[in-house]
Amino acid sequence: MPETSAPARPGAQRLTYDYVTRAIARTLGNPGRGYFLLLGAAVILLAIGIVCLLYLLRFGLGLAGYSHPVYWAVFITCFVFWVGIAHSGTLISAILFLFRSGWRTAVYRTAEAMTVFAVMTAGLFPLIHIGRQWYFYWLIPYPNERGLWPNFKSPLIWDEFAIGTYFTVSTVFLIMGLIPDIAAVRDVATGWRKKLYAICAAGWRGTSEEWRHYSRGYLYLAALATPLVLSVHSVVSWDFAMAQVPAWHETIFAPYFVAGAIYSGVAMVITLLLPIRKLFHLEDVVTVHHFENLAKLCLLTGMIVGYAYAVEYFIAWYGGPTPERQAFIYRAFGPFWWAGWTMNICNWFLPWLLWFKKIRTNLTALFVISIFVNVGMWFERFTLIAIHLAGEPFEPFAMAGYNPTWADWGIMAGSFGWFFMWFLLFVKNFPTVSISEVKEVLPVPKRGKAA
Amino acid sequence: MKLPNPLALFRGPVTPGVLGVFGHLDATLDAVKQLKAGGRDDYTVYSPMARHEIEDAIGRPPSSVRMYTLIGGIAGCAIGAWLTLYMSYDWPVQVGGKPIGSIPPYVVIMFEMTVLFGALNTILGIAMNALRAAKRQGTIAYDPRFTNDKFGVFVPCGADQAGAMESLLKKSGAEEVRRA
Repeated sequence: MPETSAPARPGAQRLTYDYVTRAIARTLGNPGRGYFLLLGAAVILLAIGIVCLLYLLRFGLGLAGYSHPVYWAVFITCFVFWVGIAHSGTLISAILFLFRSGWRTAVYRTAEAMTVFAVMTAGLFPLIHIGRQWYFYWLIPYPNERGLWPNFKSPLIWDEFAIGTYFTVSTVFLIMGLIPDIAAVRDVATGWRKKLYAICAAGWRGTSEEWRHYSRGYLYLAALATPLVLSVHSVVSWDFAMAQVPAWHETIFAPYFVAGAIYSGVAMVITLLLPIRKLFHLEDVVTVHHFENLAKLCLLTGMIVGYAYAVEYFIAWYGGPTPERQAFIYRAFGPFWWAGWTMNICNWFLPWLLWFKKIRTNLTALFVISIFVNVGMWFERFTLIAIHLAGEPFEPFAMAGYNPTWADWGIMAGSFGWFFMWFLLFVKNFPTVSISEVKEVLPVPKRGKAA
Repeated sequence: MKLPNPLALFRGPVTPGVLGVFGHLDATLDAVKQLKAGGRDDYTVYSPMARHEIEDAIGRPPSSVRMYTLIGGIAGCAIGAWLTLYMSYDWPVQVGGKPIGSIPPYVVIMFEMTVLFGALNTILGIAMNALRAAKRQGTIAYDPRFTNDKFGVFVPCGADQAGAMESLLKKSGAEEVRRA
C-alpha cells in the first residue's frame, strides 16, 4: 500500500477508478485481427518445435549437433535464456514492491505472467536435453528400488530445487495478485464470463478482513520472492562456475548472471508490453513514463553486465592461467567470433544509447533496442556454453567442431511459440494490468474532490 | 422434489444489517470512526483496493499470516536439512573428496525449501484467515461496485437498531443506504 495518495505518474489525475476497471476489463473482449495473427504465428512456431522434437525422440540426440566435447549447446543455452527472461518479473513484482515503487503497478502483471511462462518454457529444455524424457523422474529424490538418492553436492540438483521453487512461488504470487482483479472483472462482466470469473475470484469481495490478511501475506510473499530471485540465477550460474572449464570457473558468475537475467527480462517486458498496449488500447494506463523507467532499469543492469564482461577479459589477461587467457582469445577471435561480438555489441555497447532521454522516451527506438538486447543475451549464453566448450583445450586431439542443426533451431523456435502462445492466451483472458494496484496510486476520492 | 443449490452449502446464514455505499474515502473513514466510538467492532468495510487509512481506522492487530510464514519457513529449512543429510548418510558415497554430510552445498537446498514452504504456508494462512473471517461474518450484503469505484460499510444489526445505523451512515456521507 502506498503511503501517499499523490499521483505516481504524470497524467494520473485524468484516470478514475471506474475508467481503470473498464479500460482493463476491455482487454478481455474481442481483441481484433492483430491479436489472432500473433497467436497464429505463435502456434505455427510451436508446431515446428513439436515436429522437430518428435524427430529428436525418434532418432536420438545425435540430430541436435552435439559433438565431443560440446554436449551442452543450444538446449542449455535456451534453458538459461528463458530462466533469465523470467527474472525481471519477480524484480518488478516483488523487489520494486518492497521499495514502494508506484510505477510498477501498471507493468508488474505483464512481467509476472511473463515470469511464469518463461519458467515453464525453460523447464522443458533440461527434459529435452536429457534425451530420454521418460526418465526425468530420476531427478526427484524418491525411494527407488536400489536405495539410491540424488547427489545433493551437484549444482544440477540445486538447480532442480531452485527452478521448482521459483516456478511454484511465481505461480502462486501471480494467482494471488490476480484474485482481487478477477473479482473486479466478475462484477462488470456478463454471461458465461461472469460465471467463470466468479469461480476464479474465490469469493473475493474486498472486505477489510480480506485486505488485512491479503496485504500482509503479499508483503511476506514479496519478501520471500526477493532472495529467491537472486538465488535462482546464482544457482543457474553455479551449474557452470562449479565446473573447471576455462571461462566458466569464475567467482563473478552469480552477480553477473543475476544482472544479465534482469537485463534480458526487462528488455523482454518492453518487447511484450509495447504491442499489448497498442493492441488493447492501454495508452492511458501504461504510459511513456513507465517505459522510460523500464529503460532506466535496462540501462542499470546493462551497465553491470558490461562491467562483468570487462572484468572477465581483464582478469583473463591480468591474472588468469594460460587456458583462461586462451579461452577469451578464442571467444573474441576464434571461429565463433561472430557470436562473441554479437553479444558484446548488443549487451555491452547498445545500452549506452539509453543514457539519452530522447531515446528512452522514443517507443520505437526502445522496441528495437529491447529486441537487440534479447538477441545479445541469447548469444551471451550461447557463447558461454557452446563456444567455450568447443574452445576448451583439455583435449586438443578432440578437434571440436560444433554446428547447431535444424533440430536445434526448430526446437528453439518452438520454445518461442510455446512462450508467446501462453502469454497471448493469458492477456486475452485475464486482467493484464493490475486493476486494484493501479487504483492504489491514483488520487484518493475525497469529498469535494473528483476521484 | 426441488434439490438444494450446492453453492448454498458454502454460504452461511444471511446476516441482517445495514449497508452504506460511499463514493469517498474520508466519508468511509468518518463512518468507521463513529461506529468505533459507539463501541462496535463487528462492522465490515469494503474497498476496491488496499488502503492503509482504512486498516489504521479499524485498528485491528496485525494479521496472523506472519506466523504461518514463519512456521512454514522454519519447517522448510528443517525438511531441507533432513532431506540432504539423511539421504547422504543412507547411501554414503564420497563425492569430490568432501565429507558425506557436507553442509555448505546443502545450504542451497535448505534455502530453497525455506522459501517454498514459507510461501505455500503464507497462502494457506491467507486462505484460512479469510475463510474464518467470512464464516464469522456470515452472508453479508454486498454491492458489485465495491470492486470498482465505491467503498462500503456493512453494520450487522437487528430491525430495532437499523434506523439508528442508517442515519449514522447517512450523516457520515453515504451516497446510498439500504437494509439487508
